[in-house]
Amino acid sequence: MDFLRPASWEEALAAKAEHPTAVPIAGGTDVMVEINFDHRRPEYLLDLTRIGDLYEWETGGDSVRLGASVPYTRIMENLRGELPGLALASHTVASPQIRNRGGVGGNLGTASPAGDAHPALLAAGAEVEAESVRGTRLIPIDTFYTGVKRNALAPDELIRAVHIKKADGPQQYSKVGTRNAMVIAVCAFGLALHPQTRTVRTGIGSAAPTPVRAKAAEEFLNAALDEGGFWDNGKIITPSVAKQFADLCAAACNPIDDVRGTASYRRHAVGVMARRTLTWTWESYRGTAAHSEGVA
Amino acid sequence: MPGKSAPLGTPTKVTQGAKTKGGIGESTLRPDGTLKVTGEFAYSSDMWHEDMLWGQILRSTTAHAEIVSIDTAEALALPGVYAVMTYDDLPTDVKNYGLEIQDTPVLAHGRVRHHGEPVAIVAADHPETARRAAAKIRVEYRDLPVITDEASATAPDAILIHDNRTDHHIGHVDHPNIVHRQPIVRGDVEAARARADFIVTGEYTFGMQDQAFLGPESGLAVPAEDGGVDLYIATQWLHSDLRQIAPVLGLPEDKVRMTLSGVGGAFGGREDLSMQIHACLLALRTGKPVKIVYNRFESFFGHVHRHPAKLTYEHGATKDGKLTHLKARIVLDGGAYASASPAVVGNAASLGAGPYVVDDVDIDCIALYTNNPPCGAMRGFGAVQACFAYEAQMDKLADAVGMDRVEFRRLNAMEQGTLLPTGQAVDSPAPVAELLRRVKAMPLPPEQQWLTAGEAADVRQLPGGLSNTTHGEGVVRGIGYAVGIKNVGFSEGFDDYSTARVRMEVVGGEPVATVHTAMAEVGQGGVTVHAQIARTELGVAQVTIHPADTQVGSAGSTSASRQTYVTGGAVKNSCELVREKVLEVGRRKFGSYHPAWATAELLLEGGKVVTDAGEVLADLVDVLGDESVEVEAEWRHRPTEPFDLRTGQGFGHVQYSFAAHRAVVEVDTELGLVKVIELACAQDVGKALNPLSVVGQIQGGTTQGLGIAVMEEIIVDPKTAKVRNPSFTDYLIPTILDTPTIPVDVLELADAHAPYGLRGIGEAPTLSSTPAVLAAIRNATGLELTKTPVRPEHLTGTA
Repeated sequence: MDFLRPASWEEALAAKAEHPTAVPIAGGTDVMVEINFDHRRPEYLLDLTRIGDLYEWETGGDSVRLGASVPYTRIMENLRGELPGLALASHTVASPQIRNRGGVGGNLGTASPAGDAHPALLAAGAEVEAESVRGTRLIPIDTFYTGVKRNALAPDELIRAVHIKKADGPQQYSKVGTRNAMVIAVCAFGLALHPQTRTVRTGIGSAAPTPVRAKAAEEFLNAALDEGGFWDNGKIITPSVAKQFADLCAAACNPIDDVRGTASYRRHAVGVMARRTLTWTWESYRGTAAHSEGVA
Repeated sequence: MPGKSAPLGTPTKVTQGAKTKGGIGESTLRPDGTLKVTGEFAYSSDMWHEDMLWGQILRSTTAHAEIVSIDTAEALALPGVYAVMTYDDLPTDVKNYGLEIQDTPVLAHGRVRHHGEPVAIVAADHPETARRAAAKIRVEYRDLPVITDEASATAPDAILIHDNRTDHHIGHVDHPNIVHRQPIVRGDVEAARARADFIVTGEYTFGMQDQAFLGPESGLAVPAEDGGVDLYIATQWLHSDLRQIAPVLGLPEDKVRMTLSGVGGAFGGREDLSMQIHACLLALRTGKPVKIVYNRFESFFGHVHRHPAKLTYEHGATKDGKLTHLKARIVLDGGAYASASPAVVGNAASLGAGPYVVDDVDIDCIALYTNNPPCGAMRGFGAVQACFAYEAQMDKLADAVGMDRVEFRRLNAMEQGTLLPTGQAVDSPAPVAELLRRVKAMPLPPEQQWLTAGEAADVRQLPGGLSNTTHGEGVVRGIGYAVGIKNVGFSEGFDDYSTARVRMEVVGGEPVATVHTAMAEVGQGGVTVHAQIARTELGVAQVTIHPADTQVGSAGSTSASRQTYVTGGAVKNSCELVREKVLEVGRRKFGSYHPAWATAELLLEGGKVVTDAGEVLADLVDVLGDESVEVEAEWRHRPTEPFDLRTGQGFGHVQYSFAAHRAVVEVDTELGLVKVIELACAQDVGKALNPLSVVGQIQGGTTQGLGIAVMEEIIVDPKTAKVRNPSFTDYLIPTILDTPTIPVDVLELADAHAPYGLRGIGEAPTLSSTPAVLAAIRNATGLELTKTPVRPEHLTGTA
């Protein structure tokens, strides 16, 4: 196994172009596990840790350009206001040591349905900045995940950053695991209210071959909120609307039975998380709830 | 002593002797504590030897198959490979090993019986080369049908896991796929059942738990010039290993010299051999030191686990709440090899009624041979599975009678003098009712602790924790109680002795005691306790603990909660013998200077010989001078006897250990997630030799019991008998956020039969913790919950 250590982003792109099978490594919290367990023996490892740019973020007018290697710890500490959903998701990633090393670029590169960041990115709305020697493109998050552990990147492309829409309303994130910390998601759910566009977006993790949005649930809720004038009158969402939304979110799942949980449980749990996160965000939007966001 | 010229060094000044510091009853600190927490501790995997090779084991990829062929040519051809060995390369006729029944092949011969069984071994100059070489060994398997449960094991046409059994259990089992059977029959269950006003039944399922110790299996074998081998190893019982290793190597036991290396933990998982023989074989074959280190994945296949069990229980009670009878059937899955299964059967059966008075009992317990992973010793050893079932039954029966669950238990609690179903009288304090009273009397943790003074819920206090699944929605509190009984020491007539060598001499102007035993320190704190005992008995401040090795007699196993009792007893005994010799020397040298040498009860305290009235007679430095006094002696607790094979009657156990728990849980009833808020424990320890270690053991045992209640389970595919979650990614153990506050109430009611009155303590808390948590979850949810661990699916009807 050759270990490539580019000193700059340009060198990294050139290396990736020359060796398209090279596996990028930054925090190493996914790749090293695979190597240590002998699940993967890449011909080349492409070490991105010398490229300081990947550890930076910029806050623009509408979005945050988050470098691919910004550790989850930094997101939790510094971007809670702009990216509340992703900050909550970051909090559920593994252990402090791993949160100090791992970043969103790794989650996207691995594209595991269980990656903790995905539901938050789907709910917030995001674009993946992919670059190769051929140029740069922005891949909408909705089309980024193409299959189990597959994504839309071309073999010569690297993830440079993610452009995530700044929150224009409350966001929430919940994850079910069978332990109270340091656990891989049995399933996860992200929800973001977008008052500017009067829309709701969702993201579901670990309950389908890829991270998915519950589009039918979003459409139903958008229509229901619109019809009832909820965005303006700030009324409590009726239990029947919340239930229907939850049921549609559960229906958006296409889960499997595995050692971490049954398909039936995953559908059920996504429904419960959908109802709860809707309640929390909506109460927060109405400005009445003090207890909207969990702390730790 | 005026007027006489004293020999050099005679004490000239008489002072009061201060009591020796750091003796028994004090919380002296363990030497490995800080090292382990800071990552500085040298585990057996950290050893290194110049010119050493790395060993690697090739394991079966299937659970049950004939081995058609093994081709090692390609592996041998790999540069850097020094040896590849299979069954055909074993040097003697002894090709199997085992704790009690020698049914486990060193390397598979013609057939593999479980997933992950060792088939071949490789030595190479680099661990990666060794791994690659192992991967190049081509093994052709012809799959056989897998036996995974009682029905498939005992079917008339079932394949026999072991052909031509000759062990001493085959004569009393109904099928060769049953390792051992132990009935316990006392009184007349049919007649007693007729007296019962209430009868409750239940079927319970207990999952396979892993010991999940720190420091996976590892060791270093160094070939010696005399043709022998020096083995540095993390294990639980050096001499038991030695007895199994030497015959396979074809060496006399004195040519296999073993030294205990840094052990992270054991919990029963190091009682069987793992890589010991493999490392020695490769070292002797190559003439080079060979180190083998399992990673966590291999560790899941490299040691036995806790027996999964199916338990069927029927209890009866009169309307005033007195137990009438118990009928129970316990089926333990022993997996492919016997390991400790026979002894686990004896424990589960003989302790199957729990710490209760019940005169009419019919318990039947078996362990199966299957193609599942081998199961054997783990903390609690059969008593854990039984406790899970009988405590669930006690709640059901109390409810049926209409009594408070704790009061019902107290009414039926055994006490000193109670006869166990084996006919053995409990002949030391058995404060079962008192432990329950104490644990119930502890203050309850406040409700809704997640509510913070600030604005938001503290999710760490809620089910789901940092995963932010609830801010209080769906959360219901439940409380549950349980109590258990565990035997201490090896039972059923086993000659359960230990050996201690104690030396006393003057080093650097100070009296120093050296304690040398073969006791495996696996984290239980034995070395700390040995030093405390030596200080108390010999009155010295400095105690050197010699590394544990086979240059001294056997200490027996670090298991069965026995080491403080048995090796502690041996150290105490040898110290007493040393003390007598030291006093003889003192009398010889100084007897004529003070009449008390002849007349008084003499003690060693604060580095001096003192009378029981506290008068100092001599300094130990002067008594010993250049002499050293050394004693090596074996020590035994009182003997036990085997259980009758048909009735289970017999004086089978040495001592009992009792603990009670109260669990407070909060359950997110919609998501099926559990947060254990508090696990209060009351335990009788006889005498706390080191109170800090005692509390640590109780809290650790409690946490291990919590693990099996809510998350820990090795999942074996019922169709293929393959392990599905051999990693810490999917075999979950409690993190600190899953571990509740564990208040501990320690009772010290002395057992007159035991050294210092102490009671073995390490296992009892693991028994009652699990059923207490289950009871609390049942209390919160109203669900019956007959299986452990409880998973979210079981709480939400989505299994």
